[in-house]
Amino acid sequence: MNRKLVFALVTCIFFPALADSKGPVVPLLPKYQQECAACHLAYPAGMLPAASWRHMMGSLDKHFGTDASLDEASVREISTWLNANAGTYKRVKEAPPQDRITQSAWFIRKHRALDAPVWQLASVKSAANCAACHTQAAQGQFNESGLQFPAGLEARYRRFWAD
Amino acid sequence: MHRFFLRPLICAALMAGLSLSAHATSPAGQLEGYSAQTGTPAQPARGQLLFTSKHGKEWSCASCHTASPTVDGKHASTGKVISPLAPAFNPQSFTDPAKTEKWFRRNCNDVMGRVCTTSEKADVLAWLLTLKR
Repeated sequence: MNRKLVFALVTCIFFPALADSKGPVVPLLPKYQQECAACHLAYPAGMLPAASWRHMMGSLDKHFGTDASLDEASVREISTWLNANAGTYKRVKEAPPQDRITQSAWFIRKHRALDAPVWQLASVKSAANCAACHTQAAQGQFNESGLQFPAGLEARYRRFWAD
Repeated sequence: MHRFFLRPLICAALMAGLSLSAHATSPAGQLEGYSAQTGTPAQPARGQLLFTSKHGKEWSCASCHTASPTVDGKHASTGKVISPLAPAFNPQSFTDPAKTEKWFRRNCNDVMGRVCTTSEKADVLAWLLTLKR
């Protein structure tokens, strides 16, 4: 058995709720789906630690360059759910800069083979657009079987694809 | 005696409330609501101008909704598809007053750096209602 496979197995057994594992996916709170996924992918709660979600939910009027303010009851409901399902595994528990999933150490490591032009492709637009490559991202699935090659990607990246 | 007079009043108030809320769930009803508040008729041309112009910031309404919101738009930063805003092209559009107010609040802030006036909302909605199939 190679090391990667062992790592994947261990990850699945001990950290079933980890976003990028093949373990069970946390069902989305309908309010989270309704309010947050109106503008972007419903990012799995486990991809940020509770501190990042708390900070984000307290500053929705300045949300990555847009006003995403919500009524108090919705903020409370979503915050409670995010707090309960936030990432606790050691790779996730450290709050990334600016509460950006894409600035997390694990995210950068996972995507290290991709350079700037890939993220700038018209079919990708930004690293926050998970679904450009992870076709089942909206369902919380990020495993390699769901990967697609985004339009315009150079063939030289293909060999990194299953990494 | 007291209850005898009170009952019709309560009934009338309830019925008024019901008809008002049923009213507000249609785009035309929401426009009527805005116009009733301003006391002047909405101006669709002014609404179109507001919608398609920039107001000192990076985006206009059209940046995400397109200049002719009878087709799908695209979120300017995330790329997420946005259903057509014109009610004739989207049966969900302007059918929930709370949702209407939420998006006007957020988007006017993003586009103009302030909330929109009731008259501005009326103008935009009036213009959107002129877009027909």
